[in-house]
Amino acid sequence: MDNIEPKILQPEGVAPLEKAEPEIEATAARAETFEEPLTTTQEEERISIASNWTLVWWRFRKNVLAVISTVVLIFLATVVLLPDFFATMSPEKTNARLAFIPVQSIHWLDEGQLKPWVPSVEGKRDPVTLKMLWTTDETQKTYVKFFGSSWSYSVLGLFESNIHLVSGADQTQENQIFLLGTDRLGRDQWSRLAFATRISMTIGMISVIVSVVLGLLLGGISGYFGGWIDNIIQRLIELLQSLPTIPIWLALTAALPRTWSPEKVFFAITIILALRGWTTLAREVRGRFLSLREEDFVLAAELSGASQARIILKHMIPTFTSHIIATSTLAIPVMIVTETSLSFLGLGMRPPAISWGVMLQEAQNIQTLALAPWLLTPGLIVIVAVLAFNLVGDGLRDAADPYSH
Amino acid sequence: MSDGMQPLMPKAAASAKPPLLEVRHLKKYFPIYKGVLRKMVNQVRAVDDVSLFVREGETLGLVGESGCGKTTVSRCILRAIDPTSGEIQFREADGKVTDLAPLDRSELRRFRPQMQMIFQDPFGSLNPRMTIFEIVSEPLYVNGMRSKSEREDHVAELLRLVGLRTEYMARYPHAFSGGQRQRIGIARALALNPRLVVADEPVSALDVSVQAQVLNLMLDLQQKLNLTYLFVAHDLSVVKHISDRVCVMYVGKLVEMAATEELFQSPRHPYTAALMMAVPRPDPSSRDIIQDLPGEVASPANPPSGCYFHPRCQYATEVCRTQTPELREITPDHFVSCHRAEELQLAGIKVNQEQQL
Ligand SMILES: Nc1ncnc2c1ncn2[C@@H]1O[C@H](COP(=O)(O)OP(=O)(O)OP(=O)(O)O)[C@@H](O)[C@H]1O
Ligand code: SF4
Ligand SMILES: [Mg+2]
Repeated sequence: MDNIEPKILQPEGVAPLEKAEPEIEATAARAETFEEPLTTTQEEERISIASNWTLVWWRFRKNVLAVISTVVLIFLATVVLLPDFFATMSPEKTNARLAFIPVQSIHWLDEGQLKPWVPSVEGKRDPVTLKMLWTTDETQKTYVKFFGSSWSYSVLGLFESNIHLVSGADQTQENQIFLLGTDRLGRDQWSRLAFATRISMTIGMISVIVSVVLGLLLGGISGYFGGWIDNIIQRLIELLQSLPTIPIWLALTAALPRTWSPEKVFFAITIILALRGWTTLAREVRGRFLSLREEDFVLAAELSGASQARIILKHMIPTFTSHIIATSTLAIPVMIVTETSLSFLGLGMRPPAISWGVMLQEAQNIQTLALAPWLLTPGLIVIVAVLAFNLVGDGLRDAADPYSH
Repeated sequence: MSDGMQPLMPKAAASAKPPLLEVRHLKKYFPIYKGVLRKMVNQVRAVDDVSLFVREGETLGLVGESGCGKTTVSRCILRAIDPTSGEIQFREADGKVTDLAPLDRSELRRFRPQMQMIFQDPFGSLNPRMTIFEIVSEPLYVNGMRSKSEREDHVAELLRLVGLRTEYMARYPHAFSGGQRQRIGIARALALNPRLVVADEPVSALDVSVQAQVLNLMLDLQQKLNLTYLFVAHDLSVVKHISDRVCVMYVGKLVEMAATEELFQSPRHPYTAALMMAVPRPDPSSRDIIQDLPGEVASPANPPSGCYFHPRCQYATEVCRTQTPELREITPDHFVSCHRAEELQLAGIKVNQEQQL
């Protein structure tokens, strides 16, 4: 039974070990000979020193839809920041005589030359129904200018500007350009849309920012410290999540005093939206903290004497930032749709404030729709914005963890 | 014979090197909660009265099957977790001995640099979002070395020490193989000149061919830097290769501790003997590596009465079922917790051959 000995002494995985034994006395310089061959190509070197964010970006840019959506979002963001630049006139200016003017599309060429113009419209009252009927008159041209000057506005409160994307070429005349037509009160749909974009997008984003702050804070406390405080926060989240959202939103928004200024209503609505939004995020953050607490690299930092603040800030939060950004991006469209729906029902933002939902209120009955389908354009923008946010969010989520592949 | 809170030092070897670390009656119970009110229904006795000591400059191997509490013991010693009870006496360079068990976070900071850990998982133990420089220099930074160039010099030296190129500093862990990552982990552990290094299965996640390299590196470093190792493994052969002395654990208890040769040649605990006779299964991490024993490994949540090994021990008698054996020194420097340690004639590995088992 002599052959038992090696079997016992050398369970699997041991043979090479025994072979290596004579080398024990050698120096560490020898250790270098064990080195796996160096990655030599430039590409490999480039990858090996790529930070997490670089890797995320490399993966994200491969996703064509997400990249296109990012461009769309950047465009929407400029509208949010500079609605005056895009507007052709004041969004509040009413003119009963110019109600329901149809879309005036830009013609680029005039007598073979690049000279953009819009046809003017002529209204005739139908003798039977007394309705205004607008016809475009292609012979009457209103020339337009891009990046021309018109009324002045302040850019982010930093400086004044009077440059506009589109304005009438003839500075002496009042702008009569209705790129997307007008509504019941003769207000310019295009300019209103620019301002509505500002309100609706910021409501979405601010309520998500509030959610993120609350979610990070409460989820982080819950996950990092655990114990009774975790218990309380978890029960609170369960309570909030078990409330039926639509009735709660309806009740809360309906309770906002009619006398409140649009700014007050704006903030009240962001808070109402964020009230539930943070719970999902807090859950996610808590879960991340719980699993990260068990990670060896966190223990290593702990054993090297790092402070709790350093462990949280340097080791834990960076590990899930990209996930939080992806989740937040996906939460924005939900907020936008909610705000739009509430405003559409007359419970969210209310005139004179302009939001997508407020604008869609104008498109509430079939007759108007048949007569003025351009009043639905805010709906189109909502769809574009929601799609773009979702595609970017999905792209980010997929790119967020380069180490999982 | 050790009883109560008596130190465990062997009588004969008292003149030898003093212990760097002495663990006395260490216990770690994990509560099991149930229901909405999170009532504690039971406890997992992950570590149940373990006493051991590590002498300066030696390697103490700690073996046992999966789930027997090796990781829990090492994490208690490093105070990554709070022990339920017991003492962890650590001797500092100036000879001052301190019990680490009752210390809190801030009191422990002073001791952190002196005891470091090498992890099992080469992937989980390095933060993927930090460069090698950031990883290896973090212990230096948090312990007060604020100058970046000083840290760079230090990290370069550490990388050379563990056999890695210094140009690797700017890289992220994802650019390295398992063996290289383990070297990085070793460099980080050595950054603060620790006196005790606890290595929790440092090679078991590596390819067999790389295992020997990393073990040899550890041995080199031990000689060069006069390190003391507590080396945890479930693989007897690895332990035999690297350890001066070996402890064997079974279900949260230390069953035997002796010099490596002594333990392998003449084990005095039936479990140790069974462990050495065992033909390992293909999956060495499987919980029950001993097939020849009757019954199953006891559950640390619900251990048997008396000697935890008695349901599976062929030598068990009445006293084994009722009384828990204490760890005691039966011959100089040989500690066993078995009621019948003196009388039993157990087969060691060498003996085994002659006896034609
Ligand atoms: N945080 C915990 N909560 C509850 N039980 C735990 C916890 N950590 C460990 N245990 C239990 O304690 C026992 C000992 O676990 P430990 O990880 O120390 O064993 P081990 O010997 O290191 O095993 P392995 O070889 O698998 O690493 C196991 O039964 C395990 O399930
Ligand atoms: S105490 Fe009894 S049961 Fe336990 S190992 Fe010794 S002989 Fe076996
Ligand atoms: Mg373990």
